[in-house]
Amino acid sequence: MGKAKANAGPLARRPDNSAFKQQRLPAWSPMLTAQTVLPFFYGMAIVCVLLGVWLLVTVQNTHELKVDYTHAGSCDKCFEKRKDRANANQSCNCTVVFNIENTFKGDVFFYYGLINFHQNLRQYMDSRDDGQMIGRNKNLKNPSYYCEPFIKDKNGLPIAPCGAVANSMFNDSFTLMYHSAAGSRVVPLFRKGITWYTDKNVKFRNPQVENKTLTLAQVFEGTGQPLYWQKPVYDLDPWDRNNNGFINEDLIVWMREAAFPNFKKLYGVLNRAIEPFTDGLPAGNYSVLISYNFPVEYFQGRKEVVLSTVSWFGGQNNFLPVAYLVTGCLILLLAVILTAVWWKFGKNGRNMKE
Amino acid sequence: RANDRELNLSYKYSVSTGVDYSFQTNVYMMCVCVYVVCMLYMFSCVYDNAIKTSKYNIFTFLPLNLFEQFQRLANAYFLFLLCLQSIPEVSSLPWYTTVVPLVLVLSMTMAKDGSDDMVSSTSTNYSIKTALFLILLSSSSRETNLKVKQALTVTGKLEDSVEKLANFNGEVRCEPPNNRLDKFTGTLTLKGETYSLDNERILLRGCTLRNTQWCFGLVIFGGPDTKLMQNCGRTTFKRTSIDRLMNVLVLSIFGFLMIMCLILAIGNGIWEYQEGSKFAAFLPKGVNAPFSAFLTFWSYVIILNTVVPISLYVSVEIIRLGNSFYINWDRKMYYPKNDTPAEARTTTLNEELGQIKYIFSDKTGTLTQNVMTFNKCSINGKAYGEKTEKVDFSWNNLADPKFCFHDNSLVEVVREGNPEVQAFFRLLSLCHTVMPEEKKEGELYYQAQSPDEGALVTAARNFGFVFRSRTPESITVVEMGELVTYELLAVLDFNNVRKRMSVIVRSPEGKLTLYCKGADTIIFERLNPSCSNLTEFAGEGLRTLALAYKDIDPEYMEDWKLRHHVANTAMDEREEKLDALYEEIEKGLLLLGSTAVEDKLQDGVPQTIEQLSKADIKIWVLTGDKQETAENIGYSCNMLREEMNEVFIVSKDMEIELLRTACMCQTVICCRVTPLQKAQVVELVKKYKQAVTLAIGDGANDVSMIKAAHIGVGISGQEGMQAVLSSDYSFAQFRYLQRLLLVHGRWSYLRMCKFLRYFFYKNFTFTFVHFWYGFFCGFSAQTVFDEWFITLFNLVYTALPVLSLSLFDQDVNDWWSFQYPQLYTPGQLNQYFSKRAFVYTVLHSGYSSLVLFFIPWAAMYDTVRDDGKEIVDYQSFALLAQTCLLIAVSIQLGLDTHYWTAMNQFFLWGSLSVYFAVIFTMYSNGMFLTLTSSFPFIGTARNSLNQPNVWLTMLLTSVLCVLPVVAYRFLRILLWPTINDKVRGRGSTHLSLVRQDKVLPPTPRRVQARRTSTRRSGYAFSHAQGYGDLVTSGKFLRRTPKSRPALFSQTDSPLAQTQPQFYRTISEREEPPLSP
Repeated sequence: MGKAKANAGPLARRPDNSAFKQQRLPAWSPMLTAQTVLPFFYGMAIVCVLLGVWLLVTVQNTHELKVDYTHAGSCDKCFEKRKDRANANQSCNCTVVFNIENTFKGDVFFYYGLINFHQNLRQYMDSRDDGQMIGRNKNLKNPSYYCEPFIKDKNGLPIAPCGAVANSMFNDSFTLMYHSAAGSRVVPLFRKGITWYTDKNVKFRNPQVENKTLTLAQVFEGTGQPLYWQKPVYDLDPWDRNNNGFINEDLIVWMREAAFPNFKKLYGVLNRAIEPFTDGLPAGNYSVLISYNFPVEYFQGRKEVVLSTVSWFGGQNNFLPVAYLVTGCLILLLAVILTAVWWKFGKNGRNMKE
Repeated sequence: RANDRELNLSYKYSVSTGVDYSFQTNVYMMCVCVYVVCMLYMFSCVYDNAIKTSKYNIFTFLPLNLFEQFQRLANAYFLFLLCLQSIPEVSSLPWYTTVVPLVLVLSMTMAKDGSDDMVSSTSTNYSIKTALFLILLSSSSRETNLKVKQALTVTGKLEDSVEKLANFNGEVRCEPPNNRLDKFTGTLTLKGETYSLDNERILLRGCTLRNTQWCFGLVIFGGPDTKLMQNCGRTTFKRTSIDRLMNVLVLSIFGFLMIMCLILAIGNGIWEYQEGSKFAAFLPKGVNAPFSAFLTFWSYVIILNTVVPISLYVSVEIIRLGNSFYINWDRKMYYPKNDTPAEARTTTLNEELGQIKYIFSDKTGTLTQNVMTFNKCSINGKAYGEKTEKVDFSWNNLADPKFCFHDNSLVEVVREGNPEVQAFFRLLSLCHTVMPEEKKEGELYYQAQSPDEGALVTAARNFGFVFRSRTPESITVVEMGELVTYELLAVLDFNNVRKRMSVIVRSPEGKLTLYCKGADTIIFERLNPSCSNLTEFAGEGLRTLALAYKDIDPEYMEDWKLRHHVANTAMDEREEKLDALYEEIEKGLLLLGSTAVEDKLQDGVPQTIEQLSKADIKIWVLTGDKQETAENIGYSCNMLREEMNEVFIVSKDMEIELLRTACMCQTVICCRVTPLQKAQVVELVKKYKQAVTLAIGDGANDVSMIKAAHIGVGISGQEGMQAVLSSDYSFAQFRYLQRLLLVHGRWSYLRMCKFLRYFFYKNFTFTFVHFWYGFFCGFSAQTVFDEWFITLFNLVYTALPVLSLSLFDQDVNDWWSFQYPQLYTPGQLNQYFSKRAFVYTVLHSGYSSLVLFFIPWAAMYDTVRDDGKEIVDYQSFALLAQTCLLIAVSIQLGLDTHYWTAMNQFFLWGSLSVYFAVIFTMYSNGMFLTLTSSFPFIGTARNSLNQPNVWLTMLLTSVLCVLPVVAYRFLRILLWPTINDKVRGRGSTHLSLVRQDKVLPPTPRRVQARRTSTRRSGYAFSHAQGYGDLVTSGKFLRRTPKSRPALFSQTDSPLAQTQPQFYRTISEREEPPLSP
């Protein structure tokens, strides 16, 4: 390249003698030798097996109970009823009974689960307006085109919240009953605190208005409710006025779309302040009173109720512990094979000779 | 019009004429060039005196460049993707995923093109200074240079009178621009008379005037029309075999992409048919299943486009550029003697340097220095010059101090006054066409047409027969301190057929003598039968030249001279008639002796050739020299050894036979090859052997070969610039070739292959994960990863680590590369990157993508956070999957890296840190609140990355991705170690030693086997006709030169270095010790 240099002398064009230019940068050249690979494999095997055992023990100490109520118990009639779209406005309640054999110790979480519901379809997932849900007034009255075809209701009013995701919000409600010798009682559930902190406080906000005295209903005036909803968004939680609008926690939980077609979503957390639930859910007979609204027969889906305790490792999922155990064993096997091969062929470096 | 103008006596004066290509060009302007060369150009733009070879200007740059770039297939493809993305029904990714990479790539290419254009326009400006193609109108050539150029007599009369020149008015008609350097036809019409113009009257662009103080000229062709440019225009655009392979692969990847998209589209059709219709309550689509499948196909084309990553092409360019810079920067390929660093003139062929199978080399100036040394002589049957002490020439104050001779006895004999020896040196001082130049009293410089001549005349000079000056009619020699002037009657010039030259002189005593020197075989035929006594300098690789003389009868001479004059002025068959005359007089010669001139091999040539042949590279020497000379060199280069059998192929029209035989031979030397044939041989091998070829040469006669080969290498600084200008790489010494190939070439190839393998691995893995996810999301073209991750994966998160891998990686260092030239062979066999390697890479990515999708899927399936909240939501899963992917490919990169410099570490860890910094930034409240729709992933990083099961999943995927690879590679090294593994293994044990520089590079065993059985000799005067005509024409000495101040002093000029009569010691200046 012969760059003109300041020192125009007899060796003016001599390249610099820097380690970089001469490709002599100091470097570490690791080799895959028996001394490094074999200990590494044995080490990894031990780590994986130990992790697997530890995780397995952890997971085994959690409890989980799934009750499919799609057409279990008295829900069968509701299932039939929901087949007909015309009955959409008729309420239907049913009860499912189940039994807990061992006490669910610790915090118990109440989930509803959906099978074969594709929240992860691209068009479905895109059909929402975060700008609306963050409380922008512009978007409230003029939702993004992404919400198509759930932008305007039949009266031409903008839908709040717009889009297919919100429109299809799960709307069964549950009451968990504990039947003990002392009689039946409602299991107290916290219906708040079931969302991510960031969702509740940043991602979802009700529309901001200057006039603080306006009720939520007045704020949402001029918008229509999603087509499939029975209640408007400002009236989702009749018991807690602060849990309405876009910051309704059930709505927020629903709006966090699941990655896979089978998923469960948090419905409530056991309130352990009240006897006899201070230790968790005691063993015994339970029933769930279900307000059966959400139709699943269209898409051959199923609905379930899940009760679960968690560990530091999360819910009851045996895959990782087992996978670690299996991986650990495979690595151990591999390590033994490698050692044998090395012992036979590589130890004296015979193959490395020319 | 020029006549009206004020004549401007600057160096830079441009001629503005309307050039119409009927080649009727009026002389508008005279141009003045003072001593050196001026820049003259005809340009159709009237008031513009700059030459534009640059493609762009400021205004046209953007549109023109964009237009050019979109003509490239890859860029056009991405433009097409962009159009697809603008269709909402199809768009599976937001616009920025394509626009950001595209803009980045376009702007980088644009920057490169722009700077290239700027460089090329500045370099053009530079070359304009030496650009010249003009008719010599008049010149003051006082002495000759290597090629004689003379003005027409009619224009020569103009001399240097500005007045006359300004009034000059004529018309030139000439041939259209062409590339024949040796021919020019045209006419100059002046005042109604027509003069013919031929090559003699033309100065070509690129030539340098020597020994000419001034000349005036008229520009005929400029810029691309000059013969030099017509010659240099690269006819074919060279591409590497990796390029070609990549094109095939990219096409098959396209096919593969289409198949994947088709599968997913069909899946979508089925899904829509079976389930989608039932799901329509939640997601009304309004399209039927087949149309949905059609749209999905295009959506997946967008998503899966990462298999054909746009950044691939840019990265490849960057890597090649970087590796070219390494060549330019290499101190070990820098030749301090003429301050020439190696230069990669083409930045697109680097990896091919690691795959060379055949080298075609020129001989003179490439293998040899083209510097002749007078080594030995035999006078009257007695040989002188056996290596003894160095001769002290201090007794001779006109001696050339650089001349060395190693036999004192010869000096003694000369000083004793031995008549044979004196006649021997007298002949050497008289029989030549050398031009002397005496700047100061006693400081003689010789200008010789061939280096042999210079060597011989200088030898005579040092032995007391100093050729001092010449006129057309006389030669003045200082014979042992005595000034003697001989009358020069005739010069029987050298040519390729005659292979000898003679002079006929009359001594002061009036004796007529013919002195003749020539190739020994030729001279022997013409000797007086009574004499036959020649010591042969056999087996030493020297060129033997026989010297003979003959006294001539004055009467015969008169007659001969008359006939000579007649023949000389004959209009037809002049050559033949002259030859016959020469033949007649050069008979019955008496032998004086013989000289041995050695064209020394360049330093390190035998070692280089040995190294290269160890690397399984076949070296063919193609030379215009005759067989004996070529064989000599073959032996001294270790290419030929005694035990080898010789096969000669003489016949023509046996291409295949030639090739078959030649390829069976260890060594191939082609002699008497014309430049065109050189290229044909290269083409032959290219065509039938499918091997990568390299041609190396230094002269104009190698240009065709250099252009024909896959890679052309020019030796710079010897025989002009033509070979260098048409070459891809240039350096000053043949021995640097081994470093270019065994170190730079090998590394470039290795790096490029590693890069490609890794690049395809990471992109295929990336893409396959999307493929698997299709089966879970109803084939709806949902991406697994965050859109920003898709945008930045290739450009930010993985770009620098893989670049540092492909710029810094070395499997073994240069020392070991030299130690084991066998390391070069994998490149020749295409072992590091081939279709097979590509398939393995794809399978490997398939496995990795399975791990990277299904492990996170299973691990996250139906689980929750440690506080019971959501973790299997789409956003958390996207984050998990992309983090797993990034970590796994980063570890894979680490496994591929053999040479961990600080840069590698920095880029790898830096990129991972940047990734985490970016996701925390993009998923932050601020980004969401400002650009809500672009950053919907708010809080995902904070909520997911504090979960232990997320990290445990990442660990498991990494372990499962990496450990099988480690195990496989470990087993491979154990069971089937390649040469690389062996050398690396050895290297690591010796590493400490190497660091201390205690292990010195091996001195390659130099095989000294030289055969002594056959006589080998040659006559070096093989290049062109001598100066005989000029010497006798007398034109060049017409008047005493005007004393203009010399613009540069010759001794300081770099040209002085190349003047052949200086005897150089060859040891290269030692490099100063490397600073720590």
